[in-house]
Amino acid sequence: MTLAAASHGFLSPTGVEIAFLLVGLVTFGAAVVTVTTRQLVHAALWLVVALGGLAVEYLLLTAEFIAWVQVLIYVGAVVVLILFGLMLTRAPIGRSPDADSGNRWAALTVAVASAAALVWVVVDAFRTTWIDLDGPAAGSTAVTGASLFQNWVLPFEALSVLLLAALVGAIVLSRKAKAARAGEAPPAKTSPTGASSSGTSPSGASSSGTSQTGGVR
Amino acid sequence: MHLAYPAVLSALLFCTGLYGVLARRNAILVLMSVELMLNAVNLNLVAFDVWLSRAAEETLHSGQALTLFTIAIAAAEIGIGLAIVLAVHRNRGTSDIDRLRDTAEGHEPDGPDTDTPATGTAAEKAEATA
Amino acid sequence: MTTTTLAVLVPLLPFLGAAAGLLLGRSAPGFVRPLAILPTLAALVLAVLVAARQGGGRAVDAVTELTPTGSVPVELALHVDGFAALVAVLVGTVATCVQLYSTGYLRDDPRYPSYAALVSLFTSAMFLVVYSGDLMVLLVGWEVMGICSYFLVGHYWETPEARAASLKAFLVTKLGDVPFLIGLLALATEAGSFRITKVLGAVASGSLDHPTLIALLLLAGVAGKSAQFPLHTWLPDAMAGPTPVSALIHAATMVAAGVYFVARLLPLFEASRAAMVVLAVMAAVTMVGSALAALAQDDIKRVLAYSTIGQLGYMTGALATGDRGAAVFHLLTHGAFKALLFLAAGVIIHAAGTNSLAAMSRMRGLRDRVPDAFWTMTVALLALAAIPPFSGFFSKESVLGAAEHVATGHTEHAPGAAGWTVLVAGLITALLTAAYATRLWLLAFRGQGAEAPDHGRQPLVMNAVLWVLALPSLALGGLAFRLLPDWFDGHDLTPTLTTSVLGTGVALVGGIVTYAAWRHTTALAVRTPLGAVAAHPEGDAALVEAEAIASHRPAYGDLASAPDPSDPGRLLLGPVHPHAAAGFHLDAVYTTLFVRPVRAGASLVRFLDREVVDTYVRAAGALPRLLGAAVRSAQTGNVQTYVSALLAGTVVLAVAAVLVATGA
Repeated sequence: MTLAAASHGFLSPTGVEIAFLLVGLVTFGAAVVTVTTRQLVHAALWLVVALGGLAVEYLLLTAEFIAWVQVLIYVGAVVVLILFGLMLTRAPIGRSPDADSGNRWAALTVAVASAAALVWVVVDAFRTTWIDLDGPAAGSTAVTGASLFQNWVLPFEALSVLLLAALVGAIVLSRKAKAARAGEAPPAKTSPTGASSSGTSPSGASSSGTSQTGGVR
Repeated sequence: MHLAYPAVLSALLFCTGLYGVLARRNAILVLMSVELMLNAVNLNLVAFDVWLSRAAEETLHSGQALTLFTIAIAAAEIGIGLAIVLAVHRNRGTSDIDRLRDTAEGHEPDGPDTDTPATGTAAEKAEATA
Repeated sequence: MTTTTLAVLVPLLPFLGAAAGLLLGRSAPGFVRPLAILPTLAALVLAVLVAARQGGGRAVDAVTELTPTGSVPVELALHVDGFAALVAVLVGTVATCVQLYSTGYLRDDPRYPSYAALVSLFTSAMFLVVYSGDLMVLLVGWEVMGICSYFLVGHYWETPEARAASLKAFLVTKLGDVPFLIGLLALATEAGSFRITKVLGAVASGSLDHPTLIALLLLAGVAGKSAQFPLHTWLPDAMAGPTPVSALIHAATMVAAGVYFVARLLPLFEASRAAMVVLAVMAAVTMVGSALAALAQDDIKRVLAYSTIGQLGYMTGALATGDRGAAVFHLLTHGAFKALLFLAAGVIIHAAGTNSLAAMSRMRGLRDRVPDAFWTMTVALLALAAIPPFSGFFSKESVLGAAEHVATGHTEHAPGAAGWTVLVAGLITALLTAAYATRLWLLAFRGQGAEAPDHGRQPLVMNAVLWVLALPSLALGGLAFRLLPDWFDGHDLTPTLTTSVLGTGVALVGGIVTYAAWRHTTALAVRTPLGAVAAHPEGDAALVEAEAIASHRPAYGDLASAPDPSDPGRLLLGPVHPHAAAGFHLDAVYTTLFVRPVRAGASLVRFLDREVVDTYVRAAGALPRLLGAAVRSAQTGNVQTYVSALLAGTVVLAVAAVLVATGA
C-alpha cells in the first residue's frame, strides 16, 4: 500500500479526487451555514444540502446502497421531522437575533482546537494511505445485503427491537403531555399513523397530538 | 483516492457539528448539529470500510453495516429527541437550552422560571380551545 | 482477726464510707451522717486495737505483690511500728472528733454530703500514709490528701478567698511534690525497692550513692506538705476553708504527713549531714518567722495557722537533731491541742459572728456566751505556750532537750550546729508562742465594749467534742512521756532541768510582757470603734464563718491584719508589725519570682495563639472558601458550558496523549 501510495502525490489529483474535493467543499460550507445561520428554517434546508452532499460522497466512495439510504432516511425523513419540530415549537420564521447562545466564543475555541487536533492527527496518520476504487463496487446493494444478512443478522434484529422501543418511547412521551391536557384527542388515531412507518413514528405521535397544525399542512 | 480526503472532511464536519452543539440556543438546532456529527462519523466508517475491503482478502463490511445501524439509530434518536423537545416546550414555553438551568448552583424553584409555566399553560389553553 | 487484717481495715473503712457517701449523698440524705461518722469511729477503734496488739514491740510487716510492675516492684506493704500505731490512733481520734463536730458545724449546709465524704477520704489517705510500708503506696495517700485538701479548703467556693486559697494550697504542695516524686524514684532505684524496710536496710549498709541529693529532694516535698519555710505560704490562706477542715489538716493529717515521713526515713536523712543542717535551718527560720507573723495576725484562725507552722518547726527541729521520738511525741500532743484550738475557735467565731480579734476585743461577755469554748481554749492555749503541767510542755521540753543533747555534743546522729540552731530558735519561739497565745486569749475573752451578739446556744455535739479533746491536751504529755520510749526508739523523753527552767521561764516572760502591753493598749480600744459582725442569728456556724471570711477584707482593708491601735501585738512588734502581718512579704516575693513570669509567658503564648497560629487557621479556612466560591460560580446550570469545558479538557488530554505516544 505504501508503495502504491508513493506513486500518487497530492499535487497530481485524480478526477475522482477533484470531484470529492469539490463536493466536500460544498458539504462543509453547507454544514457551516447550518450551524451559523440566524434563520432556523434555513438552517434545516442547508442541512439538507449538507446531507445530500454526503450522499454524493458515499457514491464517490462506491458505497451506493449507503448513499441511497442516506438520501431516503436523512433527506427524506429526518429533515422533514426537524421541520415539523421547528414548526411545533413555533420557531420564528425569518432572522432571529438570538439563535446563538452566549457560549459562542468558548464553543468556537473548542471546535477549532479539536478540528486542528483531529486534522493534524488524521493527516499525520493517513497521508500516504491510498484507496483503490477500481474493480467491483465495494458497497453495492448485493455486497452490502449479503454481508448484512450473513454476518450481521443478530445485530440487525436487535436494532429492530431498539426501533420498537424508540417508537413506544416517543408515543409515551407524547401521550403523557396529552393526558395532562385533559385527554381530548382520541388515541385511536395515533396508532395506525405510528405503525405505518417505523422511522417516522414520532412525527405521527406529534402530529396527532396537535391536530390543528397537521390540518393546516 | 487518498484516504486523507474523506478523513479530513469527516473531521471538519464533526467539528462543525460540535460547534453547533455548543453554540446554538434552540434545542432543535442542537439536534441538527448532532445529526451533522453522526454523519461525519458515517463518512469515516464508509471510507475506511472501502479502503479495508480492498486491502483484505475476506471482509465483513463492518463499516458499512455499522453505518446502516448508525443511520437507523440516528432516526430513532431524532424522533425521541424531538419528542422530548416538544414536551419541554409544552411545559416550559421555551426550547432554549440555556434557559433550562435547573441544575444551577443556588437555583431556586420559584426563581426566574416562575412565569414560564404560567405562559406555557396559557399557550396550551389557547391551543386546546382552538 | 489478725493484726494485719485489722490494720488493713483501718484505711479501708473510711474509704468505703467516702465512696458510699459520694454515691448515696443525694439519693439517701438520711444515711449521710452515719456514713460519715461510723466508718471513722470504727477505724479509730481498730487503730486502737492495732496499737494495743502491737504494743511497741516488733513491727508488724505484711506484704503482697498484686502484679509485676517493672524493674522496681511496687508492693502492697504494711509496716506498723510504734510510731505508725500511735499516729494512727491520733488520726482516728481527731478525724472522729472532726466528723462529730461537723455534723453540728455544717448543720444546714447543702453540700454537707460531699464534704463529709471528702473528710472521710482525707482520713483514709492519711491512714494509708501512716500504715504503708511501701513508698509508692505512701505516695498514693500523700497525693489523695493533696487533692482532698484542694476540695475541702475550697468548700466555700462562692468566696474568692476560698477559691484562691484552694488553688494556692494545691499548687504550692504540688511544687514540693514534684521533687518529692523524683526523690522517691531515685531512692528506689538506688535501694532497689520501694519497701521502707529494704530502703532502711540499704541505708544502714551504706549502699546509697547520693544520700544528700535524695534527702534534699524529699525535703522539698516534706516542706510543701508540712508547711515549712519556704513553702508554708499556703497554710495561712487555707484558713478560708471551714474550721473543722482546718482542724483536720493542721492537727492530724496533711501537715503531719511530712513530719511523719521524715520520722520514718530518718536514717536516710541522718546519712547526709548537709540534709540535717538544711532541716535544722529550715525549722529555725520557720519557727521564729511564723511566731512573729502569728503575733501580728487579726484573724483568729490565721493566728492558729501560723502557730501550727511554728509547732511543725519544732517537730522538724527535733528530726534535725536526730530524735524522732521527740518529734512524734510533739506531733501527738500538738495534734490534740491544735484540733481543740481550731474547734474552739469555730465555736467562738460562730458566737461572735466575726473572725477578727480586733472586733472581739470590743465585745463584752463573749466568755460567758461560750463557757465550754472558753475553758477548753484556755487549756489548749496553755498547752500551746508549754506551761507545765499541760501536755505541750512535756513534748516541747523533749524537743529542746534533744537539741541541747546534740548541741553539747553527746550524740553521733546529728551535727552540733544543727543542735545549737534548733535550741536557740526553739527558746526564742517559746517566748513568742507564749506571747501570741496570751494575746489571743486576752483579745478574745477580755474584750471591752458592747455586749456580744447572741447567736443562740452552740450545738451540744460541738461542745462535747471540745471536752473530749481537752483531756489529752491537759494530761497526755504528763502521762505518756514515761511510756512512749518503749514504743519509739528508746530515747528518754523526760524533761531535763535546764531546758525546762529556760523554756518555762521564757514562756512566762512572754506571757507577762504581753499582758503588760495589753494593759497599756486596751484603753485605746474604746476610742477607736472597729469591727463588722455577720448578722445571721439563725444560720449555722459554717454560714457565719463564710460570711466573716468574705467580709474581712472589705471591713478591715486586709485579709490578715486590722488597723487596730489597741492590739498589743502592734506595740510589741513595733516597726516589724506590718511585715509580720503580711507574712514577711513572701507572697509578694513569689509573685515577682513565679507568678509574674508565668503570667507574662501565658500572655505571650496567648498572643502567639491568637495572632500567629489563628492567622494560619483562618487563612486555611478562607482559602478553600474562596476556591469554593470560584468553583461555585462555574455551576451556572448551562449544559453547553459544561460540555464545552468537558470537550476542551478532552482535546487537551488527547493532544497530550498523542504527543506522548509519538515521543514529541
